[in-house]
Amino acid sequence: MTQAPTQARTVKLVYFAWVRERIGVSEETVAPPAGTETIADLVRWLKTRDEGYEAAFENEAIVRAAIDHHHVKPDAVITGAREIAFFPPMTGG
Amino acid sequence: MAMTPIIRIQREDFDLSAEIAALTAGRSDIGAVVSFAGLCRDEGGRLKALELEHYPGMAEAEIARVAEEAARRWPLSGLVAVHRHGLVAPGEQIVLVIAASAHRRAAFEAAEFLMDYLKTRAPFWKREHLVDGTTGGWVEAKAEDDAAAQRWD
Repeated sequence: MTQAPTQARTVKLVYFAWVRERIGVSEETVAPPAGTETIADLVRWLKTRDEGYEAAFENEAIVRAAIDHHHVKPDAVITGAREIAFFPPMTGG
Repeated sequence: MAMTPIIRIQREDFDLSAEIAALTAGRSDIGAVVSFAGLCRDEGGRLKALELEHYPGMAEAEIARVAEEAARRWPLSGLVAVHRHGLVAPGEQIVLVIAASAHRRAAFEAAEFLMDYLKTRAPFWKREHLVDGTTGGWVEAKAEDDAAAQRWD
């Protein structure tokens, strides 16, 4: 067998406003399980971690996501992402 | 001439007249300057301050993308967008948009476009601090703001 040891793929997650408050941290680095391909997959996995994530993504349709500073939809592929952000609808201006 | 938008995210207040003066200094091609300043309301005496959280890096990048889109749509001579973060008291300024062009129509429309898009796309979130000393909730996004942005699609 010449198979190289599998390195867990990690990604930095950042959270803002009430998403940050419910999860309890402003950023973290995670290693999602194999098969986590899209933002929606990532959210599904995060919700299994604890009740904070469950509360943050209680209404998944409301929470917005960004990959490397670009707004994305839930079906966006996360492969190669350096930083993924989750936050409520924006209220600036 | 390529127009480079001026975009700043800052804690400090800004001076609208100084920003216009800086934008138009030495220029003789600008015929119209439209500015918009957004101020913090006291919400009928209930509000002590607004706390503005933002996503550093993305806030600048997203406003830059909106500014580029404005420059594609209108013949602009200059664009300025300044957005504050941190605590802002009622009566203080929160956001500034300036659009300059040879003629007024482009300047009016670009300034409005920039504000409408900035409100729904720039990663900022407002939280209320109330006069009674408590921290209120996060301000909810308004459907009318989404509608205002969508009319440009």
